[in-house]
Amino acid sequence: MAARTVLQQADITRALTRIAHEILESDHASDDGSDPESDPGSDHEPSLVILGIPTRGVLLAQRIGAILEELSPGSAEVGALDVTMYRDDLAKQPTRTPSPTSLPAGGIDGKTVVLVDDVLYSGRTIRSALDALNDLGRPRAVRLAVLIDRGHRELPIRADFVGKNLPTSHSQRIYVKLLKTDGQDLVAIFDEEDHG
Amino acid sequence: MKHLLSVRDLDRDGAVGILDLAEDMADVATRAVPKLATLRGRTVANLFFEDSTRTRLSFEAAAKRLGADVITVSAKGSSVSKGESLKDTTQTIAAMGIDAVVLRHHASGAARVLADSGWIDAAVINAGDGTHEHPTQGLLDAFTMRKALHGDAARGASLDGLRVTIVGDILHSRVARSNVWLLQTLGASVHLVGPETLLPQGIEGWPVTSGTDLDAALAEKPDVVMMLRVQSERMLAAYFPNEREYARQWGLDDVRLARLAPDTMVMHPGPMNRGLEISSAAADSARSVVLDQVTNGVSIRMAVLYLVLSGEGAA
Repeated sequence: MAARTVLQQADITRALTRIAHEILESDHASDDGSDPESDPGSDHEPSLVILGIPTRGVLLAQRIGAILEELSPGSAEVGALDVTMYRDDLAKQPTRTPSPTSLPAGGIDGKTVVLVDDVLYSGRTIRSALDALNDLGRPRAVRLAVLIDRGHRELPIRADFVGKNLPTSHSQRIYVKLLKTDGQDLVAIFDEEDHG
Repeated sequence: MKHLLSVRDLDRDGAVGILDLAEDMADVATRAVPKLATLRGRTVANLFFEDSTRTRLSFEAAAKRLGADVITVSAKGSSVSKGESLKDTTQTIAAMGIDAVVLRHHASGAARVLADSGWIDAAVINAGDGTHEHPTQGLLDAFTMRKALHGDAARGASLDGLRVTIVGDILHSRVARSNVWLLQTLGASVHLVGPETLLPQGIEGWPVTSGTDLDAALAEKPDVVMMLRVQSERMLAAYFPNEREYARQWGLDDVRLARLAPDTMVMHPGPMNRGLEISSAAADSARSVVLDQVTNGVSIRMAVLYLVLSGEGAA
């Protein structure tokens, strides 16, 4: 099994910062003329809700939220969206333990929700997330931000904000390590031997 | 988890995991639409050989909130009253296509027999077997205690250091047994109080202390006082002289209620015999969490149904 480092700490930080900028730009572009930044001191509620999908998506969402707070204070709230109960493969996998879902107190109605996950692969997790959101409210728009897009989609789903596109084969595995849980920031790709 | 037959099959992490999952399920209940499609297409059979209101309805509500279909069979009004055996009844229902059986039976060990017999492939959840166990009641009681203790920070917590006094008809109580074993697993200490005649033989082997003096037990200021129902239907002999004497010696009456610390939790698994083991004032007091127990029961049963019905190879 050969491992190859794809992103290191500086690359991950840079990717998240770029994603945060892109989120702000697209949010302003979709605003109907009223730019919150041109109206400082207004008591606008945050229009962005950054929802991480457990487990590493939550950490990434928190980091993107922190960057957004620096760029445009009060523009975004951060939460977590567990999708376990909405998966389509519950009967085909070992029992998964759900993680808590936590939404900002204001909910998601009328907000722009940005879903955050570490790796986009088949797209099935995101489909589950869309179903879960549907039960929680009616956002104005839903966007998707991922650190890695490795291709091989099985559903018509694409990401709006991508840290890095990484062409892979099915037999490869991608490991995402993050400072908070793993002690280091790292994305690596492994070539697994074919067990076929 | 293939079946849930006894809380003694749960280790500490497993029990805490079920309680944590029930917290997530409780969050679902607060939504505008408190329903999931997780178990869509699965069928849960409620098979009740004994009377029940809250447990049966609670399992039914839990299954429906997870999107499962529910069929219910009660002994009264079914072929069970014609003498059909457990084997034939369950095989008949299984032939209609079911994924889980929620079984209440008057014989201790009935759920274990059904799970081990190979008669059916479905998951088995014990909803009370004779005087043996009532695992989901034990879990919902532990959940209620943990919630009162830790509030919103309950996830991951155990019941270390909690002191629980269980009062009354211990002999016939599967609720008491499930509580004793689960509370021990979760780190709480249990004291049992009741008439000598209603304390089971072999209680020395349980991880509890026991006594016959309720006032002495309450003077120890327990965190939780759990009153048990006097199970007249199981009493084929005279276990105490009369109801008035029982109420005076082992009932949570208004005087004893007034002596409890303000934050003592008063629990009862229901149905209550008001005026016998618990007075109306005690049942309706601010200390009483009887209705919280019922609410939490649905969350616990959602968690258990999810665990036995999801996962690779789940029936």
